[in-house]
Amino acid sequence: MTNSNISFDALGEEASNALTRASSSAEIDAWRAVWLGRQEGRITMLLRSIKDQPAEGRAAFGAGANVLRTTLEEALEVRRKELSQSEISDLTTAGALDVTLPGRPQSVGRLHPVTQTLRDCIRAFTDMGFRVVEGPEVEWAYYNFEAARIPEDHPARDMWDTFWVDTLVNGERSMLLRTHTTPNQIRVLEKSEPPIRVLVPGKCYRHEATDATHEWMLTQIEGLAVDDGIRMSDLKGALYEFAREMFGSDRKVIFHHSYFPFVEPGVEMAIDCFICRGENSTCHTCHGTGWIEILGAGMVHPEIIDNSGYDSSRYTGFAFGLGVERVALLRWGIEDIRHFYANDMRFLRQF
Amino acid sequence: MKLSLKWLHEYVDVNLPVEELARRLIDATAEVESWETIGADWDAEKVTVAEVISVDPHPNADRLRLATVETGSGYQQVVCGAPNIEAGQRVAFGTEGATLIDGHSGKPAVLKLRPIRGVDSAGMVLSEKELGLSDEHEGILVLPGDSPVGAPLGDVLGDTVFDISTSSNRADLLGVLGFAREVATFTRVSLREPSRSFSEPSGPVGDFIDISIEAPDLCRRFTASVIEDVKIGSSPAWMQDRLLKHGMRPLSNVVDITNYVMLETGQPLHAFDYDLVRDQKIVARRAAHGERLTTLDGVDRVLDPEMLVICDGGGPVGIAGIMGGGNSEVSDSTKTVLLEVANFVPGSIRRTSGRLKLRSEASLRFEKGIGPWMAEYAQRRALHLLEQLTGGRIAKGLVDLYPGSAETPAIIVTAERIERVLGIAVPGEEVLRILGDLGFTCDQPASDAFVVTPPPWRPDVEIPDDVIEEIIRIHGYERLPATSLQGGLPEPTPRPLEDLREVLRDLMVGLGYQEIITYSLSDMDSLGRVVPSTDTRRMNPLAVMNPSAAQHTYLRTSLRASLLSAFAGNRRHEETGLRLFEIGVEYLPTEADLPHERPVLAATLGGSREDRWGRATEERLDFFDAKGTAESIFDALGIKASFEPRTEHGLLEGHTALIKVGEETAGVVAQVHPATAGPFDLEEPVFLVELWLEELIAALPERPAYKRLPRYPAVRQDISLVIDESTPAVSVLEIVRSQHSGGIRIMASIFDEYHGAGVPDGKKSLAIALAYQAEDRTLTDSDVARMQQGLLRRLEQVLGATLRGA
Repeated sequence: MTNSNISFDALGEEASNALTRASSSAEIDAWRAVWLGRQEGRITMLLRSIKDQPAEGRAAFGAGANVLRTTLEEALEVRRKELSQSEISDLTTAGALDVTLPGRPQSVGRLHPVTQTLRDCIRAFTDMGFRVVEGPEVEWAYYNFEAARIPEDHPARDMWDTFWVDTLVNGERSMLLRTHTTPNQIRVLEKSEPPIRVLVPGKCYRHEATDATHEWMLTQIEGLAVDDGIRMSDLKGALYEFAREMFGSDRKVIFHHSYFPFVEPGVEMAIDCFICRGENSTCHTCHGTGWIEILGAGMVHPEIIDNSGYDSSRYTGFAFGLGVERVALLRWGIEDIRHFYANDMRFLRQF
Repeated sequence: MKLSLKWLHEYVDVNLPVEELARRLIDATAEVESWETIGADWDAEKVTVAEVISVDPHPNADRLRLATVETGSGYQQVVCGAPNIEAGQRVAFGTEGATLIDGHSGKPAVLKLRPIRGVDSAGMVLSEKELGLSDEHEGILVLPGDSPVGAPLGDVLGDTVFDISTSSNRADLLGVLGFAREVATFTRVSLREPSRSFSEPSGPVGDFIDISIEAPDLCRRFTASVIEDVKIGSSPAWMQDRLLKHGMRPLSNVVDITNYVMLETGQPLHAFDYDLVRDQKIVARRAAHGERLTTLDGVDRVLDPEMLVICDGGGPVGIAGIMGGGNSEVSDSTKTVLLEVANFVPGSIRRTSGRLKLRSEASLRFEKGIGPWMAEYAQRRALHLLEQLTGGRIAKGLVDLYPGSAETPAIIVTAERIERVLGIAVPGEEVLRILGDLGFTCDQPASDAFVVTPPPWRPDVEIPDDVIEEIIRIHGYERLPATSLQGGLPEPTPRPLEDLREVLRDLMVGLGYQEIITYSLSDMDSLGRVVPSTDTRRMNPLAVMNPSAAQHTYLRTSLRASLLSAFAGNRRHEETGLRLFEIGVEYLPTEADLPHERPVLAATLGGSREDRWGRATEERLDFFDAKGTAESIFDALGIKASFEPRTEHGLLEGHTALIKVGEETAGVVAQVHPATAGPFDLEEPVFLVELWLEELIAALPERPAYKRLPRYPAVRQDISLVIDESTPAVSVLEIVRSQHSGGIRIMASIFDEYHGAGVPDGKKSLAIALAYQAEDRTLTDSDVARMQQGLLRRLEQVLGATLRGA
């Protein structure tokens, strides 16, 4: 390209026309290679040929070529922008998705509803300074019963039908599947000093017939607070907090008289029915009473405090125990407790 | 325990509606489970009391009769088919429009009168079935003779019967009187105790009977009386009515009185036919080894010396506190009654009844601990009724053996203790009022203390806090404020294992696995499939003595079986890939100790991968999905793990790798052996990941090993190596990753494995992405070329690897 009579205008027009015809990123890239390519681009070659021009016309040629390059570079940028605008615009029109089509499936798992409920219950109490301590599921009868003031010949034992382990230790049948997590409270009392504020969660086992509200394997959370100055009103306060946390901040709680050998006084706590608010006499959740029994509680029996080596005239404490499955049944309105351990995905994936 | 509201009314004026009474009982006393209203549907105008004036034959039917009844507003004629209708009876009378139970369909129906065999009937004389009282439809219901004619039947027979669950420490609440005292206390009205007065026209009781206690450790008190000239017959209708409402069948006046007084006071009683008591002698003693007695229920029972028996001169006549023998039962021919009211040690009654598998109304009461004082109370109450209702003549004096008689010790309750336990002060006069109404004696010698003696029927009250419970349950738990815990917090205790467990739960869920929880109890068949027979510890699991079902007998020593069962169970309705996991414990038996509860994460997966639409594709989840799960977890935890091929029971050889963290084995990744999966009804390939938490925890870094970000770019390069088929890929990676020189490291990852055209038999080709990186400079082409040369040389020397296509 040594012809100094070359028409920059014609060249410019040819390039511009070609650029206008380029209607995709690929075509623009191809146009750029043809015109402005580093090796073979026509304008590049033109610029490279400046040094070969006759000296008298070289300056004008150089100026013209450079102007042309700048013009084309600018035109390229403008075209690029136009095209990208139009591509975006296409995406929003012809390329628009039917966003109601299903998404690409992503594998997702869920925690078991009992695990979720267990965690939520635990969190409600750990927020009040309770620590979590776990203990064995297979227990000595002593911790499960005698140390909890449930002697062998006491009818209170009927409250806990027991699976006994068929192994003799020192000639005696003394191992069982714990019927409640109370034995772990006893273990905590044995090895800690007040102030004590613990939660003892875990699986328990009761030898009873299963039906919609009874399952032989269950999950319990018991709580225990022992210190100088712990009052039954503190128990009410702690359980009130828990009830609000789990069942809504407008919950009310009441205590009913009850009996558990390891507490004195002993109560059951009920919350007002969050389903019917006491207004439906055929409510399935509260059976029309307006109240739902949630858990058992009371002040730790002084004998248990004394047996743990503390002076019960000074140290008092409260304890409570709740069934996690029952809380889960209530919070989700599940009709049958046996769903939990049947492990049917159609059930489990709903939570 | 059943509780008739009408019966309750005899001792206390109940001034609360039924629902409110139930609520107050629940708040303060015992759990009212439900109640039944008798006569709720009886219209006061249409179902009334009438008197039968005369009974005449029906002109057109042999089996029907015409009765003339006084309804209170005049005589009416009715047609009646009941065989038992007689002039002079008070009966229940229904008129047109009354809602009754249809005798045939058993369903409620409105009474419509029509002529019967040509004779008009003004109404209907009703049976128990038509009134909804029972299924009795043979005859009409005959009311007590003093029922006021014309009165609504509801006033005579209507009642509310509560079903109440009482706590195991309150024997007093197994009597109507116990509830009456509670109601009187919390409604602040007075209690009317039943009459216990009688005359003693007969000779001294000591002339009739000789009583002795040979086992005072089991028998705390024994009272006896003798009643001559009793006329055995039916008990009055009101008594029968109450017995029936409380679930007992009326038998005869004497037996009914003993049951009635038991239901009234909570104290069991036993009546003997005095003439059948051999040698006029009763002894309470331990049974001899192998001694036998046929109890009232007709069962021949073998006794032992742990059991207390009541004997006459000839041998056992009853198992103390549980059930009498048939040999001295009161019958229609009984003339003289010996009435025993005794008190037995509760634990002994419970043990004996447990051993004999014989529970009775009496044993249920005795085992809860009745105060010995109640024996005399019930004895006197029964004598009152026996005199009134059987015409019997009572011998003078009671036999009363009470070897352990002792004063109930007083309990000192301070105001300080009340406030310390409850968090509120209770006014002194309220304390005195509550305890007084409950029958406690209570003095307040100083303003800050009470001297309290529990009543003899409340042996459950022993310590100051028991008294405080009495105070607050009546005072009202609603008066307790909700306060916040004060004071210090306990030291936090690290729980690394539990923390790891929860992290793993979250990771598994994030990786797409559904958490399941399966039963801890399993059976040997299932365990045997997944545990090698050589693993003697796991193959000798602990068993429960009294399983509820055979498949829940053994404490599981592996989670695999229940996991595979859950997988198979879900496969019935899930068509695509399934990913399940559980974190639970294996119960590993330990000699003479509690088992080791070893935490394990077990996961199974298998099935088809899903396409873009969530439908099953040809491609299946496989071993590398399982391994990838484990690798992701280790990556997240910052644990370095390696995988070693291994043969394991129940797992498919060549598709099984143990997971090593350092020197420890911390789990396994494998395909479950088809022969193992088969018995779980799994025909498809199923994969397993098992992680052992106790071993993992040892390898868990305290915190992630942080490295600064590289300041210079890495140079990337893909190569393909041809190596022996049998060379594990990991050995290539180990060499690449250990190759470094002049501050340059090489990172490597495998991105393809290839067999086939272009690769000789017995060889495989691995595609590896390399990244060369120096900490201190940008690498030049010659740096990379030099590193690559060195690397290829070493790969060739160690593994015989060659560059593919070179």
